[in-house]
Amino acid sequence: MNKQRKAISLISGGLDSMLATRVILEQGVHVEGINFFTGFCVEGHTHAIRKKDRKKPKRNNALWVAEQLGIKLHIVDVIEEYKEVLLNPKHGYGQNMNPCLDCKGFMVRKAYEWIRQHDFDFIITGEVVGQRPMSQRRDTMPVIQRESGAGDRLLRPLCARLLPETLPEREGWVDRGKLYDFSGRTRKPQMALAEQFGFREYATPAGGCCFLTDKAYSDKLVDMWRHRPSRDYQLDDIMLLKVGRHLRPRPNFKLIIAREEGESKFLEGYRKQYLHMHSRSHPGPLVLIDGDVSENDIELAARIAARFGQGREAKEVALELTDLQGESRTLRVSPLKQEEIAAEWYV
Amino acid sequence: MVRVDKELDARRILCPLPVIRAQDAIAGMQAGERLRVVATDPGVKNDIPAWCRINGHRVESIIEENDEITITIEVDGLGTAPSSQH
Ligand code: SF4
Repeated sequence: MNKQRKAISLISGGLDSMLATRVILEQGVHVEGINFFTGFCVEGHTHAIRKKDRKKPKRNNALWVAEQLGIKLHIVDVIEEYKEVLLNPKHGYGQNMNPCLDCKGFMVRKAYEWIRQHDFDFIITGEVVGQRPMSQRRDTMPVIQRESGAGDRLLRPLCARLLPETLPEREGWVDRGKLYDFSGRTRKPQMALAEQFGFREYATPAGGCCFLTDKAYSDKLVDMWRHRPSRDYQLDDIMLLKVGRHLRPRPNFKLIIAREEGESKFLEGYRKQYLHMHSRSHPGPLVLIDGDVSENDIELAARIAARFGQGREAKEVALELTDLQGESRTLRVSPLKQEEIAAEWYV
Repeated sequence: MVRVDKELDARRILCPLPVIRAQDAIAGMQAGERLRVVATDPGVKNDIPAWCRINGHRVESIIEENDEITITIEVDGLGTAPSSQH
């Protein structure tokens, strides 16, 4: 009797992991999906926040993919553990603050822990040789195997034929002849295979699977680190980097200014953690102040905040400033002029 | 009023965290028990039912009121209880 072999598949929500999973399902292996939530994943967050996007259908692509494939999906919160990966990546960062190689090694290691706890046999990923500059090069693929500890229990069905044989192949749990030899940045073979499987709709993440590959996001993250005594972060910190305009007029503080009603509403949730202000005399956005501020700083912050409200051309705008104890006072200021907002304040 | 065995406050956290919290809560529950989740991220209206469908749980109701979404789930209610729950 052949034992039913079981594999866990790293599901990102993109096409490659979807194809890799399907290839192994076709071979009669029981597959379940696993998805890691680092806090930086590209999810429906900004949609959930911004009012204008609220009407659009939102979905979690990893869940959607699992449902298309008819497999279970385990979503694992790795926010805490991921800090070490992001703060001290052994292999450094990619083009932006994305520590892709360490990140992949970490995720495969977590998956390897999972299969040992759940009595699964091997791990699959949608990696393709030469597809990504950092984590998916021929010379870095063994690094992931080695550093994750998964060794030859890690199978990449889309490019397995270009790589040394792994345990599932040697043991005959999967047929190497029915695996693929995709390589390089071209997406054509993946699209053809998708066609063959009848996958008509799939997500195509541009840069990568998370915000860390995004330049604007990375800039805000680096700015935050540079101006704090420690690089440690909380989930709230990294969420707030996705919301609003961020302006740093002085090294000791920055402002987070809601761009529309949905963002104002979202930022309201942080009123107990941040000094904040909103315009009383004119409609205007909610503004959080992040940092230690003097009375002079507060005045500057208020003048900037006034600039972003409908009283921007008024002589005077009244704003209500509320501190962490919930005590409020009114400030009357003249809004800064457009040309007084320095371009380099924008983070 | 239906009997609810566990309540989960998932307000003010964004997807996929409410899904993860619901998943972890259900991991400690028995088939037939009910979990009630209260959330504020509208994404849960899609994500929690999707997660339930693929894992064999049944969504009994989704009620939206004053920007709060209350979802009641019957554990293993689809009768496809997975063999390898964690
Ligand atoms: S894009 Fe982000 S989630 Fe994907 S491997 Fe790179 S760091 Fe990790």
